[in-house]
Amino acid sequence: MFEFLISFIPRAVMQSIPLLYGSTGEILTEKSGNLNLGIPGIMYVGAISGVIGAFFYEQSAGGNLVPFFAITIPFLSSLLGSLLMGLLYCFLTVTLRANQNVTGLAMTTFGVGFGNFFGGSLIKLTGSEVPSIALSATSNFFRATLPFSENLGWFGQIFLSYGFLAYLAIIIALLTAFLLRKTRTGLHLRAVGESPATADAAGINVVRYKYLFTCLGSMIAGLGGLYYVMDYANGVWSNNAFGDRGWLAIALVIFTIWRPNVSVLASILFGGLYILYLYIPTGTQFAVKELYKMLPYVVTLFVLIIVSLRKKREDQPPASLGLHYFREER
Amino acid sequence: MKNKALFHIARRGELPWLKAWLIRGAAILLALLVCSLLMVLVTGLNPFDVYATMAYGVFGTARKTWVTFQKLAVLLGISLAVTPAFKMRFWNIGAEGQVMIGALACAAVMITLSGVITSNVVMILLMFIASLAAGALWGFLPAFFKSRWNTNETLFTLMMNYIAIQLCAFFIILWENPKGAGQIGIINAKTELGWLPSLAGQQYLIPILVVAILTVLLYVYLKYSKHGYEISVVGESERTARYAGIKVERVIVRTMVLSGAICGLVGMLLVGGTDHTLTTTLAGGRGFTAVMVSWLAKFNPIGMIFTSFLLVFLQLGAKEIASVFFLNESFADILTGVILFFIIGCEFFINYKIEFLKISKEA
Repeated sequence: MFEFLISFIPRAVMQSIPLLYGSTGEILTEKSGNLNLGIPGIMYVGAISGVIGAFFYEQSAGGNLVPFFAITIPFLSSLLGSLLMGLLYCFLTVTLRANQNVTGLAMTTFGVGFGNFFGGSLIKLTGSEVPSIALSATSNFFRATLPFSENLGWFGQIFLSYGFLAYLAIIIALLTAFLLRKTRTGLHLRAVGESPATADAAGINVVRYKYLFTCLGSMIAGLGGLYYVMDYANGVWSNNAFGDRGWLAIALVIFTIWRPNVSVLASILFGGLYILYLYIPTGTQFAVKELYKMLPYVVTLFVLIIVSLRKKREDQPPASLGLHYFREER
Repeated sequence: MKNKALFHIARRGELPWLKAWLIRGAAILLALLVCSLLMVLVTGLNPFDVYATMAYGVFGTARKTWVTFQKLAVLLGISLAVTPAFKMRFWNIGAEGQVMIGALACAAVMITLSGVITSNVVMILLMFIASLAAGALWGFLPAFFKSRWNTNETLFTLMMNYIAIQLCAFFIILWENPKGAGQIGIINAKTELGWLPSLAGQQYLIPILVVAILTVLLYVYLKYSKHGYEISVVGESERTARYAGIKVERVIVRTMVLSGAICGLVGMLLVGGTDHTLTTTLAGGRGFTAVMVSWLAKFNPIGMIFTSFLLVFLQLGAKEIASVFFLNESFADILTGVILFFIIGCEFFINYKIEFLKISKEA
């Protein structure tokens, strides 16, 4: 049993990190009243932007990568890519007051296409002579762990065997929880999400809050894509490999009832559920594994239903979620 | 007065439809221009060649044209299905799952009853009933919880998608043929039992006709029936609807059952009419695309013919570019995205007007 946990937990955690980034980003976004269904697309864009940055750096540097640049260049280009997506979403939904669901779905179409297009044809477009996008050199920097972690046995395996982005995800999630619960900015942000008209009357700049936190949320979500490709996938891009994790991240938002600190553990639970089927001894009944893959969604559905049955006010989605705000339309 | 506003945004009244469509047309042209620019910058191809190739991919041969119409029918069918719910502001993004569950029910009937029933007519009738019922159930569940406990329908239907897809994955392995293949293969390949018949030698004609009839029916239903009227009142204002004595809960459940049932029907058309098999990617994201199709057409079934054609054109056209110019197929999604952004954005200029204020010197 112990052996099983030592091999299972690190894998569950590695699955959980992209979900944690995605859900933290989406929670920030939703708290500002924007239901951003573009998160799956944004995570693809975050991933491919990082890949493009790393690709050009590896090409130009030849064999000698400077660790500092090898990490900051993909990191910053990933942030830039998802920031642009966030700005686009805000421009359409906040400034132009477009429907959030439609905009989000269009962003997902665009983002997934963008990722797969550049992931699939980056080599051809740049005319370079590598057979596939395998950024193993860059990936090694992202995967670097503390030098002594391997000597610590099971403790090292479970707690110290991850790249820095994994710890960053947890830090960001905790900071976000702190921001939302304990600071004035967080209070204002929640006011904007619950009732923008009230917030506006109280002198809060609704548009600025929506822009700022939706973009911030996008950037955080984009890092999930970067973690996936650079750390989890060893720097190898393959089309559609990221799969439906973006939607799972949105499910996680509901599952944790909009609490990023709960998300830290809940994402590991989701990550575990996501790969549980690999560990279930099913014998010849392979079909049952497919039912296990359903678990995260079923569990989320139950949480959604129970939360709405209990009608506890602090557990509800932000009241203005999905609605645009126009001062003259009250 | 330091921060004097330079302009002021006000809501417009109804814009004449010609003007509104001119704005939309301009947006599409602008989007094509941006796409061309993208193509030149990224791929170095001549955009006119690319657009010509796209048109060839869509209408180049008789076979391609039939495929175009078949894809159009499927997308239009799903878009029709989601429309009644959207009109009452019920954000059903679970069409993907509703189609899949309908397809699953259809495949289930075709596979499990293939030894029992020999009449094609009975078989198709059973498939029809099973698919409709399955789709309706998938639509009923979120509507029931929404009407009783105000459960968020967008998130509910989103989850239902993956439950349906995983159910399909489960049954695909259960029914795999041959054993270990991981897929079902063509169902009833020898007997063709439960296959929708070809009409005038065209296998795709029946699905296309069914959707065409559906378009007219739904147009009439939404525009001229009492149900359709109730749907628009609920969509405009739930309070008004309650005051007028409309049972909002019942309207929500009834409309979603209808939405789900139509999705189920499309699932049956896919399995029984064209694909004759079940895969987890059968709906292929069209449940989500349908949301955009319906919204772009302002929930008008006739308008949806054009908007779904636009999207099908882009997808098939880009597939052709992909094979001719050795580009990646995902280019279609980028083009679709850019065009959608422009159309979504242009709605602002239809609904609002910007009034520039004259800046006076003494301010």
